[in-house]
Amino acid sequence: MDPRRGPLAVPKVRRVGFFTSIEPSPETPRPNRSLSGPAEAITSSSPLSDSPSGQFISPVQIPPSRHHSDNLASRAAPVPVPGPSAFRRQLANDRTLHVGSYNPVDSLLGTSPPSSNGEVSEDSGSLFGFQRSDSAKLSASFPNGGFDMTVAVRAPGESEAKVATASTSDGRKKNVEASGESESVATKPRKEKETRSLKEKTSKAERRAIQEAQRAAKAAAKGEGSKRAGESSRPKPSKPAKQPQPKKEAPQVTSSVSEKRAVSVEKERRMDVPQTQMQYDDKSRVDKAKRRSVVEQTESKNKVELFLHLPQYERGNQLPNLSSNIFTLDTIHHAVYKVGLQHLAGDIAGDNARCIAMLHAFQEAINDYTTPPMKDLTMDLTAKINGYVSFLIECRPLSMSMGNAIRFLKNQIRKLPVDLSEPEAKASLCSEIGRFIDEKILLADKVIVQHAVTKIRDGEVLLTYGFSCVVEMILLYAHEIGRKFRVVIVDSRPNLEGQKLLRRLVTRGLDCTYTHINAVSYIMGEVTRVFLGASSIFSNGTLYSKVGTACVAMVANAFSVPVIVCCEAYKFHERVLLDSICSNELGKFPLALLYLILLVLDFANKSVACVEIFAGDPDAIANVPLRNNKKHSKTMDNNKNLQFLNLMYDSTPAEYISMIVTDYGMIPPTSIPVIVREYRREDLLL
Amino acid sequence: NYKRYLYQRVFLERLSYWAFVSAAQTLRPIKPPASHYLVFLFNSVSLSPEYSLSTSSPHRSPPSHSHRKMPDVQSMVLEFVNKLRKRKIEGSQATARCTVELLRSVISHHRVPHANQASALIDAVKAVGAQLVAANPVELAVGNVVRRVLHIIREEDLSLATAAVAGLDLLDASDDDEDVNGKGIGYPGMSAAVVAAAARSTLRPPSLQTLLEGTPESATVPYTSSSGADSESKTADKSSITRKLKHDVIEGVNQLIHEIAGCHEQIAEQAVEHIHQNEVILTLGSSRTVLEFLCAAKEKKRSFRVFVAEGAPRYQGHLLAKELVARGLQTTVITDSAVFAMISRVNMVIIGAHAVMANGGVIGPVGVNMAALAAKKHAVPFVVLAGSHKLCPLYPHNPEVLLNELRSPSELLDFGEFSDCLDFGTGSGSPLLQVVNPTFDYVPPSLVSLFITDTGGHNPSYMYRLIADYYSADDLVM
Repeated sequence: MDPRRGPLAVPKVRRVGFFTSIEPSPETPRPNRSLSGPAEAITSSSPLSDSPSGQFISPVQIPPSRHHSDNLASRAAPVPVPGPSAFRRQLANDRTLHVGSYNPVDSLLGTSPPSSNGEVSEDSGSLFGFQRSDSAKLSASFPNGGFDMTVAVRAPGESEAKVATASTSDGRKKNVEASGESESVATKPRKEKETRSLKEKTSKAERRAIQEAQRAAKAAAKGEGSKRAGESSRPKPSKPAKQPQPKKEAPQVTSSVSEKRAVSVEKERRMDVPQTQMQYDDKSRVDKAKRRSVVEQTESKNKVELFLHLPQYERGNQLPNLSSNIFTLDTIHHAVYKVGLQHLAGDIAGDNARCIAMLHAFQEAINDYTTPPMKDLTMDLTAKINGYVSFLIECRPLSMSMGNAIRFLKNQIRKLPVDLSEPEAKASLCSEIGRFIDEKILLADKVIVQHAVTKIRDGEVLLTYGFSCVVEMILLYAHEIGRKFRVVIVDSRPNLEGQKLLRRLVTRGLDCTYTHINAVSYIMGEVTRVFLGASSIFSNGTLYSKVGTACVAMVANAFSVPVIVCCEAYKFHERVLLDSICSNELGKFPLALLYLILLVLDFANKSVACVEIFAGDPDAIANVPLRNNKKHSKTMDNNKNLQFLNLMYDSTPAEYISMIVTDYGMIPPTSIPVIVREYRREDLLL
Repeated sequence: NYKRYLYQRVFLERLSYWAFVSAAQTLRPIKPPASHYLVFLFNSVSLSPEYSLSTSSPHRSPPSHSHRKMPDVQSMVLEFVNKLRKRKIEGSQATARCTVELLRSVISHHRVPHANQASALIDAVKAVGAQLVAANPVELAVGNVVRRVLHIIREEDLSLATAAVAGLDLLDASDDDEDVNGKGIGYPGMSAAVVAAAARSTLRPPSLQTLLEGTPESATVPYTSSSGADSESKTADKSSITRKLKHDVIEGVNQLIHEIAGCHEQIAEQAVEHIHQNEVILTLGSSRTVLEFLCAAKEKKRSFRVFVAEGAPRYQGHLLAKELVARGLQTTVITDSAVFAMISRVNMVIIGAHAVMANGGVIGPVGVNMAALAAKKHAVPFVVLAGSHKLCPLYPHNPEVLLNELRSPSELLDFGEFSDCLDFGTGSGSPLLQVVNPTFDYVPPSLVSLFITDTGGHNPSYMYRLIADYYSADDLVM
């Protein structure tokens, strides 16, 4: 889409605003920041503090880590991007700089929890304070972890990749700020040209974005003068951090330069806004999608009316067909194909596992990728990835976290430097993916474990629902460090994932109680804490997780038991969700399985009721065997009036959640939009 | 006016006392042979408390011709107790019906002494009832039905007494001069109390006088006296009264059976008032009452859609769904975990109760509390259907635990599958793995919007009053 650019501008001051909507006043963070001393000290001593943006009263200013610029430089120059080991080294270096800050490497080694976080209480007030400092520290201590990438970096990273960095020499300028204020006027003509050429290529959506931006810029031009005057004293409007979510900010950008700026920003915003999900009751779109699809899905005959907007397919029957032509399909890389099939068959379940499997497959696919002649790597690879993604979606709808990972990958591809040779570009991408997995998922999990373990005291009864690998890690770690506690595992049909967790915990010697979700209000009386995993958390604080989580959280709330949600920050999503109907995934109701259970149960009990069940179908009583069973379920299945609904997810309102443990610390659900806004974007653009 | 009323009452009491005494005295000698035979034939079930049923043979009463019948009832009781203990009978309706049928045969087989008919019956029923309740204390319907039968006996006794009063009212003049003849009858004071109670029960509204009178409640009076009076009569109508008690009680019990059997229809009749077109209804568990309720609305040409939670681990929701589909309702089976997700699109939650407590709390199939909480959260009406046999006069304490029952873990976990994990004991001997599989759930009254019983719809706060109508106060503790 956009031509690759030369070296990127390096921002010097990054401003991470915990802004007014949550903070009572901009002054409050000051004392908090002193907790994370190093960050502050460096900020003040930063040579850039006298840059225009440096004068803004921003709540949190975090200096860029120097190796980040190293990174960029290395990428600008055609030098292989440092591999994970290099990152580790840098990380270690960085640790020495930020003395006293929360150290992820420590957590990797599994040492005692950091004292600074040890006292975080669940009530949101004090938690919030800590959360701020935590996140600051964390971001400071993850130099290339993607946590600390400033918003300013994003501007060079993305918008400048398109527009601003047209001037390669200017790109190095220290004070390039997303505000556009410091953008050199010299670049203007070139950029203008750039935009023109861009426009020719842009898609419809992008053109619309541009128009919108222009309109905004015009509006801005009116009030420009006064704004300029007050700019330095007014922190908020010109905050670079805000730049990428402009709508509001756009008017404040100065006109001539800002026009293009806004264009790029708008475009960027478009790309960042997640596509609206495919609505399956939209006939034309569905047909279109079908024509492209690889997987042949038979739609289930008995659709649930309420969920017509979601795909309702018969599951299972397309698998043999797919696995037979695994080697004949050349459009889909075999690794991706395999992962798709695994998703389809349910071999890989769990958000993290699915995401990691997908990313590994992409890594493999990228490794095997060669740019066809006469084609651009960026464009072609993006198209390829898009193809893979749509295949994966056909296999099973993507989870929110996978969507985030894909966006990350696409961003990586988009901002590959032009002058990178193909192998280098591929190596860079692969290492970026590896880094994403390492830091966003694996490392994040370890950080979460460290945080969450501080919430487990001796003698507690912890309840968890279903299977969440983070929760499992927490429980095992707490057991390892000698906490005495009991675990209640609540499970639900049809997946019975809790049994997996139960097995793992019991074999490790944890004291477990197992029950099903209906009994949750029976067992809740003795529970002191609820730990839940998450599939995603939306920016209104809604927890989107395995179906039943909401029930558990609700009952816990009714019993005044604190609910702690453990979720990696890469799963946060800026969508909002009110109920579980609008966005969900439908599993096929495993009817046959159920009737098998029924039959086995009934014949074991020999109870009267059971005989009555199948009185209409004497065969089923006479022969327990499965084939009759199948027949029975088939007749059930074909009945027009009977539908089976197997929701995969549900959404838990934020009010049921006491605390979210994430890699930025422990936060209340109200802080999700902050994290999403301030960190996630920059993570993606890293 | 009220004063006059009081006077009337006092007068009536005096009158009835005399009438009773006279009736008892006069009727004694003329006992029709048929009734005599009946009494002897069925005499001996001997269900008084001191008779333990399992070891009853040494205590058996001598009459030889009753020997044939006796083991019959006894074994019936034993068999039912066993069934209850082994949880072979499940569902409060089935249990209630079996219980009441058993009690009917107990009553009909019971030899009624000439004196104290009612108290003898009550003792007999209580003894059986205690066994049944002990056999399955969680099945509250058993206790309810036993109490209902006791209540019927007391009521019949009272009504007979009042009938006697009424009859003697007319004959008053002629019988006036009869002497008190203590044969087989309690002393006058007792009789007066009974008559007072009888009078009270005829004049339904509880008056200030009856409250101030200080006479003990009819129930608290030991029933030594009353029915002895009925065994004989001088005149034809009086002789009918004598044989009446047992007959009436059985009649009443039959009515109860009828009521229990017909509670579905009674409740279902009200369906149209509550279900409108295009409604979405959530239900869980398998309740025949709910089934009939929904079908009744369907028959009235209302088209609506039903979500049924499957009710793991017993999957009774599937049974219900199957029935509903067979009757042509739009049914969707959902997993239990999706209750919260779906509740926002549901207009009404309708469940069948296992038991309704006096405070308006509901004991229902496991998972109900979750649904009730979700319904409360989304302001969805939570409607409980309960036949009158499910109304329990007890106030629950910690019902989640005390009125619950844990079923076999094998419904949840496969032992074979997990046996390898189970070896890892802590050394303390306590098992590492516990499996909890409760049967019932308690919904506090605050979460219930409406009760629909066979007498109509009621608020949870009204249930104690409704329940008070069905039971007499001194049967509460059995």
